[in-house]
Amino acid sequence: MVWTPDQPLVSLRAVFKSFGAARVLKGVSMEVMKGQVICIIGPSGSGKSTLLRCVNALVPIESGSILVEGQEVNDPKLDKLALRRKVGMVFQQYNLFPHKTALENVMMAPIHVLKRDQREVERQALALIAKVRLQGKEGAHPGELSGGQQQRIAIARSLAMNPDIMLFDEVTAALDPETVKDVLVTIRELAADGMTCMIVTHEMGFAREVANEVYFTDGGLLVEHAPPKEFFASPKDPRTRQFLDQIL
Amino acid sequence: MIIGRTDLAVLKPFRIGAAEPWRFNAWHGAALVAALIAAVGIGEAQAAPGTPDIIATMLKWTPLLAQGFALNIAMSFLAMAIGTVTGVPLGLAQVSLLPQVRASSWFVTQFFRNSPWLVLLFYCMLLLPFEVRIGHTIVPLPGWLKSTIGLSLPVMANMSELVRGAVRSIPFGQWEAADSLAMTRAQTLRMIILPQCIKRMTPPWMNLYAILTVATPLTSVVGVSEAMTLTGDILSSEGRSELLVPMYLYLLLWFFLYCYPIARATLALEKRFAVT
Amino acid sequence: MSLQPLWDWFRVLHDTSGIKLTIFYDAFDRARFLNGFLTSVRLMATCLVASVVIGVVGAWIQGSRSRVLRLVTQGYIQFFRNTPPLVQLYFFYFALGSYLKISGGNGIAVPVVTNFTWAAICLSFYAGAFNVEIFRAGIEAVPRETLEAAESLGYSRLKAYVYVILPLAFRISLPALNNNLVNLVKTTTIAYAIAVPEMLYVANQIWSDESNVPEMMNVLMIVYVALVGLLVWVMGRWERALRIPGYTTA
Ligand SMILES: Nc1ncnc2c1ncn2[C@@H]1O[C@H](COP(=O)(O)OP(=O)(O)O)[C@@H](O)[C@H]1O
Ligand SMILES: [Mg+2]
Repeated sequence: MVWTPDQPLVSLRAVFKSFGAARVLKGVSMEVMKGQVICIIGPSGSGKSTLLRCVNALVPIESGSILVEGQEVNDPKLDKLALRRKVGMVFQQYNLFPHKTALENVMMAPIHVLKRDQREVERQALALIAKVRLQGKEGAHPGELSGGQQQRIAIARSLAMNPDIMLFDEVTAALDPETVKDVLVTIRELAADGMTCMIVTHEMGFAREVANEVYFTDGGLLVEHAPPKEFFASPKDPRTRQFLDQIL
Repeated sequence: MIIGRTDLAVLKPFRIGAAEPWRFNAWHGAALVAALIAAVGIGEAQAAPGTPDIIATMLKWTPLLAQGFALNIAMSFLAMAIGTVTGVPLGLAQVSLLPQVRASSWFVTQFFRNSPWLVLLFYCMLLLPFEVRIGHTIVPLPGWLKSTIGLSLPVMANMSELVRGAVRSIPFGQWEAADSLAMTRAQTLRMIILPQCIKRMTPPWMNLYAILTVATPLTSVVGVSEAMTLTGDILSSEGRSELLVPMYLYLLLWFFLYCYPIARATLALEKRFAVT
Repeated sequence: MSLQPLWDWFRVLHDTSGIKLTIFYDAFDRARFLNGFLTSVRLMATCLVASVVIGVVGAWIQGSRSRVLRLVTQGYIQFFRNTPPLVQLYFFYFALGSYLKISGGNGIAVPVVTNFTWAAICLSFYAGAFNVEIFRAGIEAVPRETLEAAESLGYSRLKAYVYVILPLAFRISLPALNNNLVNLVKTTTIAYAIAVPEMLYVANQIWSDESNVPEMMNVLMIVYVALVGLLVWVMGRWERALRIPGYTTA
């Protein structure tokens, strides 16, 4: 079966995952269409990170199915590298390579993994760094950048692989309040450009504004999902209501 | 030992030998004893018929070996004491406000840090007098004492570096706080900075002691009758080639049993200090 | 350009002040000392390279799956770390060396392995034991998340190690590695004990023949401090060039 853009770009069906005795995902199903931005919210430990990490095969799942552009992720014969070229991921702790400059961080993967031409990659990398508003920081090392700047370089680094979908895992959770905004602006612009995004976040205002669909997870289950207006105005499940009451 | 510290969330501290928690388990002893037994077994097989068995010979010489080893330990204590007592002021001189003091103490430290221990030993052994006159008393300087002095020189230099590093690692805010309380520099050092340094310096200081201890057999090269020299003497008096491997392994075992617990204790201390 | 005037100057120095530096004005001593110097440098260089190779291989084994291999390496490390290098050297040379002899043409046993080689082997394993731990600690200082970040960028496990983890680990290890290598270079002098004709050994011969102990001691000291100082300087520069900004080492 050939994937066409009118089908979901990512589709999860009854995904189960446990770490030893701890059952972390207990049958999660969801669909993300091309160009859609979804936000996942929920209490800490409810399996949000695990969910994202399953999508680009950083952790294997036990049962169920994850299709990315029609390709089964839960398949021993899966070409993980090909999958990860299509799926970009940004982490809470940025995870930049500290011995490389910002520019080198952005350029490394396209050169080593995609074997693209160095000069062309550099041109794209400079453009991406400009896009995340960090012109002039190309030569700085991660240790010389603020958290927010590092996180924006991490976003540029993922974008340099020209992914079809971006996964964001609490990317502002480790940042100082004043730098959070810069990162959110970057993600918002990305969404506006039509990038498909799966965003785990605790920034409710941001979720309300940027998401097409908001998902609430609790205890390894997707409790409910709805477009943001509806989701925040009239949450159906008591667990969602309780969570929103606490956080807002 | 912990060497790297980082403000980056992306790197963990660099910690040598921290893979496993401290446990001086039976395996270590067992492995050593097994090697020793194997060597004894091989030796017995090679021995000419009628010679006394190897273990009995080793036990026969154990008291003598223990005497020699006691000298190793005594030299290590004394050299450590001299090195520490001289190294601390030298290290403090390295953080002095006077440029000349800083420069000269830096030079002395680097000089002795970069000289091979054996060369320092020869230097002291051959160039120190065999006795010194202090006032009206004549203090003899036997070979073991001269080489202890030789060993204490690199200890002093390493100690000096430890002190300098530890003083440097205290946040500048501590100095400022003390300044704002109108303390003199000496008071600040004595009452604020050094107490905080001691905790940091203890594990590397113990490490230094272990290094010094395993360096004491060097004195055999310049003729001190410590355990290593005695082992050689025993071997030549016995004149049995099958004794060679077991005797040297036996000697290594002495050092291992003395040093290994120190190494593990150092690690345990480092871990304790790292979390608090 | 001839150095003869310089040699003559040292002879005059001896005649006028009694400072007896035969290694400059006496051609025989000069040749002996130069040979000793070169032997020392050769021993240092051999051990530096070999100990780093041992460190890399050992660190790789320490990360391997085989429990037996890991235990063996761990035993090797603890043994070499906690026993005196000089006793190790005697053990290698006298004990093991006594087994490795072949009879020469005239029936006299000839050692298969030369003194120099024994010293090189022993010292390399000695410093190598420390290097294993240093490299291992460097790799362990790189968090799993860095590997994940590389993998999520499409790096294979092998490529992630080659391009990201190992270069990073090496930079983290470098200060400790430098320390250990400097120590190694200083420790090479113990080759004296098994009569490797290195600088200390040759100097000893010279001061016995010429009875000029203070002069030779000072020459030795200066040459060693200069050699070690050179190594410290070169490694220090390298360390600074590869420093990871934001990662301070104390
Ligand atoms: N690699 C792992 N090994 C064991 N347990 C894990 C691992 N990763 C996550 N977990 C556990 O899975 C649960 C969900 O974790 P996570 O997906 O990180 O939650 P969230 O991101 O929503 O806070 C937690 O209880 C966590 O302890
Ligand atoms: Mg999480």
